[in-house]
Amino acid sequence: MSQHRAMLEIHALEKRFGQTEVLKNIDLKVREGELVFVIGPSGSGKSTMLRCCNRLEEPTSGAIMIDGARITDIPRRDLDKMRLKVGMVFQGFHLYPHMTVLKNVMLAQVKALGRSKAEAEARALDMLDQVGLKHKADARPSELSGGQQQRVAIARAVALDPKVMLFDEPTSALDPELVGSVLNVMKDLRQKGMTMLVVSHEMAFAREAADRVVFMDGGYVVEQGPPEEVFGNPKSERLKAFLSRVSGTAAA
Amino acid sequence: MRFLETFFNPAVIGQYLPDIIAAMWVTIYLAVATVLTGVLLGAGLACIRAANLKSVNFCIIVFADVMRALPPLVLILILYFGMPSVGLSLSAEVVIWLVLSSVLTAFAEEIFWGGLTAVPAGQWEAGRATGHSKFQTLIYIALPQAVRMGIPPLVNRILATTKLTALGSVIGVKEILSVASSAQSFSGSATPLTMAAIAYMIIFIPAVIASHWVERRFSYKM
Ligand SMILES: Nc1ncnc2c1ncn2[C@@H]1O[C@H](COP(=O)(O)OP(=O)(O)O)[C@@H](O)[C@H]1O
Ligand SMILES: [Mg+2]
Repeated sequence: MSQHRAMLEIHALEKRFGQTEVLKNIDLKVREGELVFVIGPSGSGKSTMLRCCNRLEEPTSGAIMIDGARITDIPRRDLDKMRLKVGMVFQGFHLYPHMTVLKNVMLAQVKALGRSKAEAEARALDMLDQVGLKHKADARPSELSGGQQQRVAIARAVALDPKVMLFDEPTSALDPELVGSVLNVMKDLRQKGMTMLVVSHEMAFAREAADRVVFMDGGYVVEQGPPEEVFGNPKSERLKAFLSRVSGTAAA
Repeated sequence: MRFLETFFNPAVIGQYLPDIIAAMWVTIYLAVATVLTGVLLGAGLACIRAANLKSVNFCIIVFADVMRALPPLVLILILYFGMPSVGLSLSAEVVIWLVLSSVLTAFAEEIFWGGLTAVPAGQWEAGRATGHSKFQTLIYIALPQAVRMGIPPLVNRILATTKLTALGSVIGVKEILSVASSAQSFSGSATPLTMAAIAYMIIFIPAVIASHWVERRFSYKM
């Protein structure tokens, strides 16, 4: 993997909300085709870091590069174009409830990317097929299970051909029996070479699919390495404490 | 017998039916013009309000509050009897249309704005994160949801406002109530008023039924 160029690079990223400093000094690199897993206690700034990567939050200082282009100092009017390169999947899916599943996957292709309707529809159907939901194309989001909604949300983001996919706890809102179907779609994506930055607490999935695991705490990256290292031989006390806490709850 | 004679006198019906039918068209025309103007301007103002420009929003809020607070009849009388003395005379129809559309605009703006603020933040984020501009997110994602949420109160408000076309009788618009009440004084019979009630029902019962259909058609589970 090391011969691959960096697709997403975060340098000295800082983010403050008023007086509260949420990200203190984040450095992180995700190479092309890599799946990097981010773990850490709630409130440690994981979501904020992801949201800085497509500037849903404005970083206070630092630099973020996507595919070599510095996205932290592009003007506001170019943000929309930049965001096409960065797909994002939310914990709460956020499908558009007033549209069919197919229209959900088509909308940004047509309005933001400028594809023709026919092209967008063909691509949407192909994407829905890849996530196993082509037969739901004409359904409303409310008629789908949470796992199905999340797979549509992934299809909606990937249909725009992003360079990087950001996942913010994509399975945390799901009933346990629905988690697997979403993780399978993510594994598929990885196999197709998508670069992915994933915030999640699915440790088994991390062991199986992640190239690297990053542990964040208190606005810093405290430790990172291959999953066997991070899970098998944690160095910092904070990571040890965190791992014993989550493995306790995961076993329950 | 006395009852039928008073409220359903055939001779009076025959005499005034053409006038009442003509008046129905005036009422329909004013109602449709009011609804189109009010709903479109209301949606437009709610969208402008979403742009979050302080001074513009202040004006919108003042307009909406004043229009919702004042009795429409007061505005109608001011425009019809007051404006000519400052050199602006408007026909009675135009006055009714202006006042009722302004009132409906104010209510529609508040209803759509309420809907817009109730659209979850995640919808905006999903829209922006997939590369839509703020405007596109508003038009394709937030507004359609706001409109759907607003349909039940909007339908009620539309029915309430369009019935106020009857206020046209005060300034001589030849709508249903005005034609019926002058027919009543000429004929000395209450029958034209019965005819007016039936005429209103012929117009508004289908409107109420259509509104149920619209509410069903555009409702969905979140
Ligand atoms: N918009 C915001 N305004 C103020 N504080 C915020 C905002 N978003 C997040 N925070 C704070 O930043 C901290 C980190 O939040 P978050 O990035 O969501 O953490 P995580 O995803 O790791 O749980 C939390 O303490 C949270 O309260
Ligand atoms: Mg979070």
